[in-house]
Amino acid sequence: MSLRIVVCVKYVPDATGDRHFAEDLTVDRDDVDGLLSELDEYAVEQALQIKEAADDAEITVLTVGPEDANDALRKALSMGADKAVHVEDDDLHGTDALGTSLVLAKAIEKTGYDLVVCGMASTDGTMGVLPALLAERLNVPQVTQLSEVSVDGGKVTGRRDGDTASEQLEAALPAVVSVTDQSGEARYPSFKGIMAAKKKPVESLDLEDLEIEADEVGLEGAWTKVEDAAERPARTAGTIVKDEGEGGKQLAEFLAGQKFI
Amino acid sequence: MAEVLVYVDHVDGAVRKPTLELLTLARRIGEPVAVHLGPHADEAAKVLAEHGAVKVLAADAPEFAEYLVAPKVDALQAAYDAVSPAAVLLPSSAEGKEIGARLAVRIGSGIITDAVDLEAGAEGPVATQSVFAASYTTKSRITKGTPVITVKPNSAAPEAAPAAGTVEQLAVTVADSSKGTKIVSRTPRESTGRPELTEAAIVVSGGRGVNGAENFPVIEALADSLGAAVGASRAAVDAGWYPHTNQVGQTGKSVSPQLYIAAGISGAIQHRAGMQTSKTIVAINKDEEAPIFELVDYGVVGDLFDVVPALTDEVKTRKG
Repeated sequence: MSLRIVVCVKYVPDATGDRHFAEDLTVDRDDVDGLLSELDEYAVEQALQIKEAADDAEITVLTVGPEDANDALRKALSMGADKAVHVEDDDLHGTDALGTSLVLAKAIEKTGYDLVVCGMASTDGTMGVLPALLAERLNVPQVTQLSEVSVDGGKVTGRRDGDTASEQLEAALPAVVSVTDQSGEARYPSFKGIMAAKKKPVESLDLEDLEIEADEVGLEGAWTKVEDAAERPARTAGTIVKDEGEGGKQLAEFLAGQKFI
Repeated sequence: MAEVLVYVDHVDGAVRKPTLELLTLARRIGEPVAVHLGPHADEAAKVLAEHGAVKVLAADAPEFAEYLVAPKVDALQAAYDAVSPAAVLLPSSAEGKEIGARLAVRIGSGIITDAVDLEAGAEGPVATQSVFAASYTTKSRITKGTPVITVKPNSAAPEAAPAAGTVEQLAVTVADSSKGTKIVSRTPRESTGRPELTEAAIVVSGGRGVNGAENFPVIEALADSLGAAVGASRAAVDAGWYPHTNQVGQTGKSVSPQLYIAAGISGAIQHRAGMQTSKTIVAINKDEEAPIFELVDYGVVGDLFDVVPALTDEVKTRKG
């Protein structure tokens, strides 16, 4: 029996670009280039490694987002995922984390799965709650924040490095996993991979396909509301000195003036 | 007055500082009721009461240590059912966020994570967040259900406010479905004796310019002279010079101490995302064009191997 792996990925605004908010206080996606969230590349990589270690496995990469989010799917397909599912619907604009987890959970159930793999957080919202939300909604174990992961004999095991301890975790499939950037460097798509990706199937789903009402998601259906977004005022230029032998002393003087010493 | 649940982060009953900050913020929106899961609730209750907890709901069950996160969600939900609070506050740790998220689904509520401030509003608590690598400050609120909010360390100064802090036992039934992820073994992190990175009032970080694991003691010596935590940039961590648990940045830890000292760190967006909300920022870098200098309150253009040891000596002298 084939191991069905679903990798959840997000198309995010490039962090090196000038990210800002649109008038409705959602993220402005028009003015800045988007890409596959870097932290999701680690999820794709671990899914590929799990597939390589398994007898028979298939990787579906899943995203919820506007048309451009297709770019994120193509990247994952070119890395080696087998097929893709794109949930796209105008009514999804402004959906928050809880709403996104609802849409993803329904899409995952529709696709069929034994293992869901996510990145530890997106690089735009950086909440890091989606894997836990999915586990709760799917009612399966959460095996999250893993720096090492492996799947064998219907079980997933991994290492979670926390603030105060490092834990070895184990759960039976089906399960939701999230991996950190310590799990292993993500591979670059090969030319062959990029060419092959163009022929891989991308299934498109909308809210109706998932039996979700428009008012359960989107800006109106969101569980949270951003009331104000203000650009942080530029820092007033600080004092900069050149070290000509006295740099350490001068810095100590500054720190003492600020009562840090 | 409405009650506000505060999830207690502790190590064997020793309450961690972010929880005391939560109690301080909770008092702005209601009466704090602390939820203590695990052993030594009585010890914790003393500290919690000193900081404003009117009540401490305590539960201990082996499942909290045997399985990941979900049994704690069951317990927090039991507390929620017992109290019907106006809000639920948790620390913005990995676990705090996961517990909060799952509770939010169960009680049909929205969740806000990584708040850096909290105030009462006409339509419920308003959370301030710092987003897009701290280039924006947003104010948000929860529109459905009971607000579940996680708060970053160093978001408020803990204030003493003696309250009753009566310990009440909380009856918790851990569902079988919450025993899905077994914690097979646990290796406690070896203590360095330094403050925890996310909680520290002062952080000294080293980057590419430190040029090798063997040179990190230069950074550690400055940190120790100031009673600070040690951080590292991604470049330094990826090079294997310092552990990942000390990484400051988007894929590591986000810190907002009173004072952040960056030595040999250029200030790539990845790093800025994790430290830009620090109150006072100081940088030492050879390259006067380094982007970190755009952020600093005080910068020294110079070799960190000259400047940092000189600063360390000066701090030691001044502290006598």
